[in-house]
Amino acid sequence: MERNEILKQVNAIFIDTLDDEDVVIEETTTANDVEEWDSLTHIQLVVAIEKHFKIRFTSKEIQSWNNVGEMLNCIQEKGI
Amino acid sequence: MKNFSQLKKNLKKDFSGLKAIKVAILGDTATQFLTQTLRGLGYDNGFNLEIWEADFNQIERQVYDLSSELYEFTPEIVIVFQSSHKLLGKYNKIKPAQHVMFASTELEAIENIYSNLTNNLNAKVIYYNYTEIDDSIFGNYANKTESSFLFQLRKLNYELMVLASKSPNLYLCDLSSIQNQVGKANFFQTSVYINTEMVLSIDVLPKVATKTIDLINTLNGKFKKCVILDLDNTTWGGIIGDDGIENIQIGSLGIGKAFSEFQYWIKKLKNRGIIVAVCSKNTESVAKEPFEKHPDMVLKMDDISVFVANWENKADNIRQIQSILNIGFDSMVFLDDNPFERNIVRENIPEICVPQLPEDPADYLEYLYTLNLFETVSFSNEDAERTKQYQIEAQRATIQQKFTNEDDFLKSLNMLSLVEPFNKFNAPRVAQLSQRSNQFNLRTVRYTDADIERLVVSDDYFTFAFTLEDKFGDNGLICVVILQQENSETLFIDTWFMSCRVLKRGMENFVLNTISSFAKENGYTRLKGEYLPTAKNEMVKEHYPNLGFEKNNTHWELNIENHKRRKSFINSK
Repeated sequence: MERNEILKQVNAIFIDTLDDEDVVIEETTTANDVEEWDSLTHIQLVVAIEKHFKIRFTSKEIQSWNNVGEMLNCIQEKGI
Repeated sequence: MKNFSQLKKNLKKDFSGLKAIKVAILGDTATQFLTQTLRGLGYDNGFNLEIWEADFNQIERQVYDLSSELYEFTPEIVIVFQSSHKLLGKYNKIKPAQHVMFASTELEAIENIYSNLTNNLNAKVIYYNYTEIDDSIFGNYANKTESSFLFQLRKLNYELMVLASKSPNLYLCDLSSIQNQVGKANFFQTSVYINTEMVLSIDVLPKVATKTIDLINTLNGKFKKCVILDLDNTTWGGIIGDDGIENIQIGSLGIGKAFSEFQYWIKKLKNRGIIVAVCSKNTESVAKEPFEKHPDMVLKMDDISVFVANWENKADNIRQIQSILNIGFDSMVFLDDNPFERNIVRENIPEICVPQLPEDPADYLEYLYTLNLFETVSFSNEDAERTKQYQIEAQRATIQQKFTNEDDFLKSLNMLSLVEPFNKFNAPRVAQLSQRSNQFNLRTVRYTDADIERLVVSDDYFTFAFTLEDKFGDNGLICVVILQQENSETLFIDTWFMSCRVLKRGMENFVLNTISSFAKENGYTRLKGEYLPTAKNEMVKEHYPNLGFEKNNTHWELNIENHKRRKSFINSK
């Protein structure tokens, strides 16, 4: 899948999970940039992304991302 | 069922006007998601759950320190969630020699938590039982080895049931059965656990919350009392009018099994006290034939309280069943294989519960099991008698049509009532009726077994339980009054509720005569009553003025000195 397309779909998951229509994420976005993105909603996002792309992240991966771009790398590494 | 994200969206909605209930959650793992799910689902059930959540792993501190935030919060419901994960952790840390005692030690600790909570709070305790973890140390041999974790965990779950059966304010929420249903791989998600210290997967949260809210609904008097059955392709396979009695599918062969097993389920519900009614599009005599003659029918005419078979529309027929039974639509479940009939009923009577039965009858039962439709917080011997009582009621209704004069009819019933204060024999039924009565209930204060014990020993309260029998049969305990001494002059009617089975028998007059005599004999001069409106008790809005009480601000008062006995055809037993 095109990286841009993945970003678009992940953005939609952010909007739904954080229940905020205005969330716009980019490669460089971090948890500090999005108000509702905290440690609790993080796991909710992870589970929603796993379900959407039918993939599983390891515990190590989940804790390793510093920004959205690194999360996208991880999704792409799984063949999406 | 809504998923976690959808329930979470409820949190932004307006909770004002919903029934507020204070709930404390004590967990040994993190419970934030559970809290959000409960509050969100509470909204859909008409509750504003005000949830106070202890920091995780604070259970003992909160329970044993009487100045803790828990006691300051004064919850009405305390949910205690000790997870199997932490249980396994404890087991791992103790010496192997202590493993055989593990369940007993844990049970003792739980008993202590329960008694501390109930001694210091007027609260019900909901305890989550343990989901199974097999640590695979012994394999199958764990079942033969008392010191194995699996042995101890299952023993603890069993002992918890024994404890709950003896503890009136302890209710177990059966997490273990949820895990059986969805499987451990769906119940527990390692990524959630590792990253958040929560042991419930995101997908299972709504199921756990539903099971919990089922209990809270029932504790608040919201539960199902009646199941209404369609016949063709619901109760048996095939169409009786077309196929004939010898060709309907029922019994031990093929798809017949599914219908027989379904009927056994209905029969067990009936034995538990759920009223069974029939609503079928059929000619009545044809519809009744299998109940009377088919050797494989599990359900017999005796099991059915109200039998309606005709060619009218089902919504009207269900309204008729409702008027005979005198219970709320929201306490009824309608089971019908036909989506068209289900929709008609759902559209016309939105309060009634109409499950979407699966297309294949073989799936009916497995689907119905998952819905947990018939949650209850009590069970007494009277429940088993209920079907008979409603059948008798239908009989009485027929006789009544023959009398044009109501007094003559009432006289002909030879009614007798036994009036007693609460005692250990009638207490369970008093508690049960207190949970069940919604319509004829002046203040809708709910009392549990434990509350009743408190009332009995108090000097400020006088309690009355009334039975009613007549020539057709015994209705059992049907009315309760609790009087509270307000001062040397006045008795306040704290509680007055009555089963709707005995409406229009002049029971109100008999009760008033009884309590006013009691008041007079004990030197009081005034009875004071109050009507607190709810969504369901409109019926008794004019109760006190009808009985001659006069309005005084928000209350109703009756001066007993001038009070003349009211006409009643009921005699004291």
